[in-house]
Amino acid sequence: MTKVSGIGAVEAKRERFDESLRLRSGVELAGFELAYETYGTLNAAGSNAILVCHALSGHHHVAGHYADNPKNVGWWDNIVGPGRPLDTDRFFIVGLNNLGGCHGSTGPASVNPATGKPWGRDFPIVTVEDWIDAQARLADRLGIDQWAATIGGSLGGMQAMQWTIQYPERVRHALVIAAAPRLSAENIAFNEVARQAILSDPDYEAGRRPVRGLRLARMLGHITYLSDDQMADKFGRRLRHGEFRYGFDVEFEVESYLRYQGDKFAGWFDADTYLRMTKALDYFDPAAACGGDLAAALAQAKAKFFVASFSTDWRFSPARSREIVNALVKNRQDVAYAEIESQHGHDSFLMEDAHYHAVVAAYLKGVKT
Amino acid sequence: MTNTLGRADFDVIAGWVQPGETVLDLGCGDGALLKLLAAERGVRGWGIEIDPANVLAAVANGVNVIQSNLEGGLAGFEDGAFDHVVLSRTLQTVRHTQGILAEMLRVGRDAVVSFPNFAYWKNRMAVMAGRMPVSEDLPFQWYDTPNVRFFTIDDFDALCVEMGVTVRERMVLDDKGRQIAEEQNFLGSLAVYRIRR
Repeated sequence: MTKVSGIGAVEAKRERFDESLRLRSGVELAGFELAYETYGTLNAAGSNAILVCHALSGHHHVAGHYADNPKNVGWWDNIVGPGRPLDTDRFFIVGLNNLGGCHGSTGPASVNPATGKPWGRDFPIVTVEDWIDAQARLADRLGIDQWAATIGGSLGGMQAMQWTIQYPERVRHALVIAAAPRLSAENIAFNEVARQAILSDPDYEAGRRPVRGLRLARMLGHITYLSDDQMADKFGRRLRHGEFRYGFDVEFEVESYLRYQGDKFAGWFDADTYLRMTKALDYFDPAAACGGDLAAALAQAKAKFFVASFSTDWRFSPARSREIVNALVKNRQDVAYAEIESQHGHDSFLMEDAHYHAVVAAYLKGVKT
Repeated sequence: MTNTLGRADFDVIAGWVQPGETVLDLGCGDGALLKLLAAERGVRGWGIEIDPANVLAAVANGVNVIQSNLEGGLAGFEDGAFDHVVLSRTLQTVRHTQGILAEMLRVGRDAVVSFPNFAYWKNRMAVMAGRMPVSEDLPFQWYDTPNVRFFTIDDFDALCVEMGVTVRERMVLDDKGRQIAEEQNFLGSLAVYRIRR
């Protein structure tokens, strides 16, 4: 099935930032590049811009397709476009690839100016705060003093929220979807197993591409993105050959699915980027600076919030979103919260669901441009 | 859950709330009361609503709606977080009557409750005639009503005494939304209370 994009053909762009960026790790990055895309038109006041932040494996190609590759449709195309919830007739939408990524922004595959060789595993670990600083530079470059809204799902939702804390004057609305205020020990544990799959791959240790490790990491991740119900629906105990073969080749359909997803991901994703994205997730904890008090951390935010979670998401369950909502209400800040029925687990935020999209659209209609 | 057919109680509530105060509206429906309170009384409000269609309508109304069920929904709020906690035409649909009232009085300084009075004379007449009442304030047939608790103004007064709750204000309306001063338990169709711990 060929997907049809709403916005049509788009182009990836790139900006270079020569001023160095001091990272939370203490490392000074001497300039960097960001790959990004924009859809719609920035108005004269620069007041209709929405920043779309990506999750673990996302990038700047949020919507539309490339003229020379119509099959390459953006990862959140179903919500972005003319007449869609992120309406490109009203808003100027910006998507970018975060620092440390592997889709064109400066990251492990880039050349380290100090050595003239690719950074590889020496690329510094970047945090959500570092990403926001880099995104702010891009906003400056594009002439956007203040985002009408920041939006994202999962790790992207964390960035949308972090903007309101780090640059409170620069965000009017934050849409925080399928996110959490910080990872739980269980969340970190899953990330650690994924990292160990890569780090313990003999190919990685030998300086080669750790295909097996990446594959395992992605298989594990995929289990946590789906729901038990959905897996039961999609695969159940169905057998590929209709009978047991008493071996270790693919027998159950769910094994086939996971191997396929693992192989697909391992074929193109950069292991050093994956390692860093999971660390950014683990470190994210805006409440830590306030002794663990999330409300205190959010108190400086000037934005209005939209928070959404999904009923079958166990990676970042509705209860985690409620922590954010409760902190905002405690501060007497504006927040709307939708807990959406969906069987797609954590991945629900990427899915096209009429009610989910209607609520996002309704909220964004109230966002002044 | 919320019946928005009549808004007589909204005007009563608007009169009790002072500008700049905060309100939590339980079962806020499409957010009509919160929108009214914000526009006419300069009140900052949040609402709890479980029905997805109502949540969507409330978001479209620009209201701070939080999708949650009522009986577990207040657990995340701190003691005294709001000036007023409102439960409009919904108490009769909640099974844990004392629990929800106690929670309202925990998170709010005042609790504002409106409910249909089952002892209203027209309701008594309906039962006398052998049928369960159906009216403006009780707009459901017995077989599809969301109501699970059937009580009167006198019953509620007795519960307030039992719970040691102070009734600060009580406004009773007939089925045309007119205030009733005498024989309230007989002539009143809808009661609106402001109570305090």
